[in-house]
Amino acid sequence: MNYADLFRVTLPETALEVAALLVLLVDLGLLRTAALKTRVAVAALLGVVGCGAALFFVLQQGPGGLSFESTHELLLATGGFTAVAQAGILVLTALTLLLLIDADFTRHVGEFVAVILMAAAGGLLISGAQDLLVIFVGLELLSLGLYILTAFAKRSGKSAEAAMKYYLFGGMSAAFLLFGFSYLYGLTGSTNLHQILLAVYGPNVFQAAPLFYVAIVMIAAGLGFKVAAVPFHLWAPDTYEGAPAPAAAFIASVSKVASFALLISIGTAGLHVLDGTHVVARFVAIHSGPATRAPFLGFQVSWSLVLIVMSAASMVLGNLAALAQTSVRRLLAYSAIAHAGYVLLGLAFFSYSPRSAAAVLYYVLTYGLTTVGAFGVVGVVERATGSDRMGAFLGLHKRNPMLAAVLLVLFLSLAGIPPLVGFWAKFNLFAAVLGVSAGPVPFALVALAVGMSAVSLYYYLQVLKRAYVLPATDETVIKVHPATLILLVGIAAAVVLLGVFPAVLLGWIAGFYPAM
Amino acid sequence: MLAWTIYLSFAGALLLALLPKGNNALARWLALAIALGGLALGVLGFVDGMGQGRTIIADVAWVPSMGIHYLLAADGISRVLVLLTGLAAVAGVLFSWNIELRTNEFFAFFLALIGGVYGVFLSFDLFLLFVFYEIAIVPKYFLIAIWGSTRREYAAMKLALYSFVGSAMVLIGLLAAYATAGSHSTGLIALAAAGRSGALPVSFQMWCFPLVFTGFAILAGMWPFHTWAPTGHVAAPTAASMLLAGVVMKLGAYGCLRVGISLFPHGLDPWGFSFIGIGSWRDVFALLAVIGIVYGALVALVQTDFKFVIGYSSVSHMGFVLLGLVTLNQIGMTGAVLQMFSHGIIAGLLFAIVGRIVYERTHTRQLAELETMHLSRRMPFAAWAFVVAGMASMGLPGFSGFVAELQVLIGAWSVKPWWVAAAGVGIVVGVAYTWRVLQKAFFNDARPSAHELEQEHKHPFAAITWPEVTGVVLLASVSLVVGLYPKILLDAIEPAVQALLAGVGR
Repeated sequence: MNYADLFRVTLPETALEVAALLVLLVDLGLLRTAALKTRVAVAALLGVVGCGAALFFVLQQGPGGLSFESTHELLLATGGFTAVAQAGILVLTALTLLLLIDADFTRHVGEFVAVILMAAAGGLLISGAQDLLVIFVGLELLSLGLYILTAFAKRSGKSAEAAMKYYLFGGMSAAFLLFGFSYLYGLTGSTNLHQILLAVYGPNVFQAAPLFYVAIVMIAAGLGFKVAAVPFHLWAPDTYEGAPAPAAAFIASVSKVASFALLISIGTAGLHVLDGTHVVARFVAIHSGPATRAPFLGFQVSWSLVLIVMSAASMVLGNLAALAQTSVRRLLAYSAIAHAGYVLLGLAFFSYSPRSAAAVLYYVLTYGLTTVGAFGVVGVVERATGSDRMGAFLGLHKRNPMLAAVLLVLFLSLAGIPPLVGFWAKFNLFAAVLGVSAGPVPFALVALAVGMSAVSLYYYLQVLKRAYVLPATDETVIKVHPATLILLVGIAAAVVLLGVFPAVLLGWIAGFYPAM
Repeated sequence: MLAWTIYLSFAGALLLALLPKGNNALARWLALAIALGGLALGVLGFVDGMGQGRTIIADVAWVPSMGIHYLLAADGISRVLVLLTGLAAVAGVLFSWNIELRTNEFFAFFLALIGGVYGVFLSFDLFLLFVFYEIAIVPKYFLIAIWGSTRREYAAMKLALYSFVGSAMVLIGLLAAYATAGSHSTGLIALAAAGRSGALPVSFQMWCFPLVFTGFAILAGMWPFHTWAPTGHVAAPTAASMLLAGVVMKLGAYGCLRVGISLFPHGLDPWGFSFIGIGSWRDVFALLAVIGIVYGALVALVQTDFKFVIGYSSVSHMGFVLLGLVTLNQIGMTGAVLQMFSHGIIAGLLFAIVGRIVYERTHTRQLAELETMHLSRRMPFAAWAFVVAGMASMGLPGFSGFVAELQVLIGAWSVKPWWVAAAGVGIVVGVAYTWRVLQKAFFNDARPSAHELEQEHKHPFAAITWPEVTGVVLLASVSLVVGLYPKILLDAIEPAVQALLAGVGR
């Protein structure tokens, strides 16, 4: 146990926490009497600087990463794909903070930014956690932050309702998760992912122990809630609808990235951060053969099966329910459920080759980017028209052509139209699924996913139709804060450029892959 | 050089999108200049490529981890279709000269669509082709939904969803082929070679071929997936219907040829059993093509809306393309490619006359109403242009359609004569519906009453404008030239088809 090691590993988290405290200090101390605009700008920019510093530390740790062990059990490990997820979380957090620039839904700016930063720290923690306890602590840090953020628009009844629903569902799912974790501990005698894996392969645990299946299902339920997979998705539409726009963007992007990183960790027993020389990696390579499908702690088939069921249900229900929405936020919520379904498919057919993890992370990172932008646009329209109904988007191309163009790019990317980045995300993911196993089941699921994304075009076009085709009822110009506009145009440009040059981001992610 | 057709169109689209609103004349001339530039490049590329086989235009690693290359190349088929796209683009701009609503956006979407089409015809990488293929979907939707007429939102959404479902089927098939072949290249040539060497088992091709072929054929208007085509054509603004019928349907047929047939040649092999005379996917698709030919023609015969007649005639004519493709012999496939070109020109001309020249003046497309307007006297230019276009459409010798359909039928005869017999019915009905609309819309011989004459004199139709004359002359003369001297295109198409057939081992 060496606390200097711990400090080095958690430097990014520390940077975020320091930034959070600094924001509180400045906002509540120095800027008490300043105008709201100044306070928002200062708090957001301080937060962005904190994210930048944390990003610097993450990148400095490099692809190899660092790890922290206590009494020979790995607690935290960074580097590898964890670093990719962490970098993604930090960038998306910074974008969310920048969206805040002209927000006026609350006077408690400092607190809002601080909570965002702490929640992001929780996200960083769970991406690198190798121990059930650390995972749970990180997850709660993230979740509690999200509940608070959801409730932040105190003047809005919807916000409070959304937070209450989110909190109740969240508390319950955390209980499920903890329950599953306790079974795992009881069966294997360890809370460390690697020790659990070794124990599962060892002689002492009867491999088909029914309790193990209970644990798997409980854990899947707890994590399914975090990624809003059917049937644990019920909170999502209400939360997306009620939360303040930046909070919704944060939930839809950062929290998703962190949760999927966690799903990768748990599904592969954290092996994705280890190199091939590590004892656990070699042990698994001997037992399951190289480059085979990743087991869930040895229980490959049942874990896959649970994920497949959640994935198929999410794709179908998310896309079909989105067809009937009239609120754009709810539409985005159901589309988020659908997208979670696609990603879960990638997780269900996961291999030790770099391909699967890269495909999943590429998907969630680019999806997070797109969805932050989408919520940015929705937020602007909502402020101008007071509603997030489809009707509020009528004639957007006249009221603000740039905003309409951004919406066009982002929504088409979500629908998976090339050459936008959303197409490559899907393409990559489905190719990875078929690359792991080209049997009839994965093929049928990929066919379902591709077919469902054809359905999704309909509802994205419903919004775009209002923005571009139908006559406007109100033609007053929608004003956008220049900083917000630059941010949104930047995001749209990134979505286009990453789509035209897909190799850039793919290559960057591949650079973090440790040799197994 | 040909690659610049793509870049020029996309750059033009971007430029027009960013152009300040209000300057419609500038937008028009700019669009015309860009379309002409594309056509000029296409002609140059065509002349340059005469006597040459496949030439690589650009080859850059695009997504190295998946072996996807930005691989542009051109063979005779591509060159001919690029030429067609250039012609359709120029004619399309000319016939949209009167668009006043959101002019620069209109031309931006128009050029984006054109750029995607050029891209498809020049791509020799599976996924690059797919990317360009999908780029073409979105502009179509907006062109119809914003500037269209009759039930435009419905038609636009239907078209977009049909296209997207078709491309979803294609994507599934391509992903499966990519995963099965396990090759590190997605180049069409490399994949086809991998397929020949057994990397794509026959049993795999047997189910993947119909999936991919149908996916593409949806956009080619194959019966029974054609229903997007008439509604889409009718609702679309003139230039968009010209592009839809002229080049977008060709995208589907081109995909069937370039991806479906050349990648999965064994998909066309006999099943080993036969059910009511149908013993392979080849028979199935030939049957659907023939049904399309006859059905399209019969339905065109009873339409009351002028534009629907042309819309259904497109379905019928595209049936010839599909029939030609599945003959899998030199003459039939050459005919199919020539028919793509020919129908692109003729359908463009027909839609231009109906949608722009006639409709913009009479404000009706109902044949019953047109019947009372004595258009042959009041709009002689339109009437005679339609006579020419109608003759070309019927497949009269001297026009491009004749050579193309003849070749398809000869090719089909050598495979199964009954296909030809059935398709022949379609041709006869084709003559009937063309005569019917010609007579109803233009040459109604009832004498006008004195009152009608007076009314007509008081409210004459607007004079025919120069862009209309230019467009009609351009398209009609191309069809005539190709009809009189088809060698000009056949010299390019034949070697390419030969190479393609050799590639699939036939």
